[in-house]
Amino acid sequence: MAEIFACSFTATELDARSGISAVMERLREIDLPDERAGDVQIALAEAVNNVVEHAYAGTEKGDVRIKCNLYPQELRIQICDAGFPLTDCALPPGEPADLSGPIETLPEGGFGWFLIRELTSRLHYERLGRNNRLSLYFQVPPT
Amino acid sequence: MSLTSTRADGAQIVTVNAERIDAAMAIQFKEDMRAETEDGTDRIILDLSLVQFIDSSGLGAIVAAMKQLGRDRRLDLAGPTPMVEKVFRLTRMDTIFNLYSTLNEAVTETKT
Repeated sequence: MAEIFACSFTATELDARSGISAVMERLREIDLPDERAGDVQIALAEAVNNVVEHAYAGTEKGDVRIKCNLYPQELRIQICDAGFPLTDCALPPGEPADLSGPIETLPEGGFGWFLIRELTSRLHYERLGRNNRLSLYFQVPPT
Repeated sequence: MSLTSTRADGAQIVTVNAERIDAAMAIQFKEDMRAETEDGTDRIILDLSLVQFIDSSGLGAIVAAMKQLGRDRRLDLAGPTPMVEKVFRLTRMDTIFNLYSTLNEAVTETKT
């Protein structure tokens, strides 16, 4: 039987911070290993930041709803929002940032999807009516 | 957010007195770094030992802080905790910055 919990918060930077902390606290309570918890926190924060900054960009801030299912060998985190869809309704490729240029041209952003892809075992995105649902999967325990 | 500065052996040490550098504080961090390093030494050591978490916005703010110093000054990083170290390593930003595991190591470097 999978352990399940859910929470939701308004899509602002400060509410996102406390929402992510609340999710991480619950995951540790249900014995997600510490090593894995770090990866989950980084990927979850990037995914939620994307919702706050892009899905609800220029519109009224709606809710971010998070549902976690912990199975014996896998953690699934679903992040739902009622904002704009991803471009072309598809997951961005998440290429690594180009660091080859001079200091003046170093990127100050665009690391988010790359980090999400690096830290998850798989990813799934669906546009369901007026809602987005992004699912992040993590192997447990770490391989 | 809270930054404090000290001097040691020709370098300015800026300590981040916060548990996280995230999207909610990235802009403030960049502005505070500008104010803190407006005039001073050519080498600045950013002490990250209290920072437990950083996201890509926070990483971007550190890159921005480095860029606003210009070419003649240097921003080194000291004391990254495991999650901070991991974000730098995954994004390969560890190839752009000098990362020292402790503040002491970073300061010792100044002397040699």
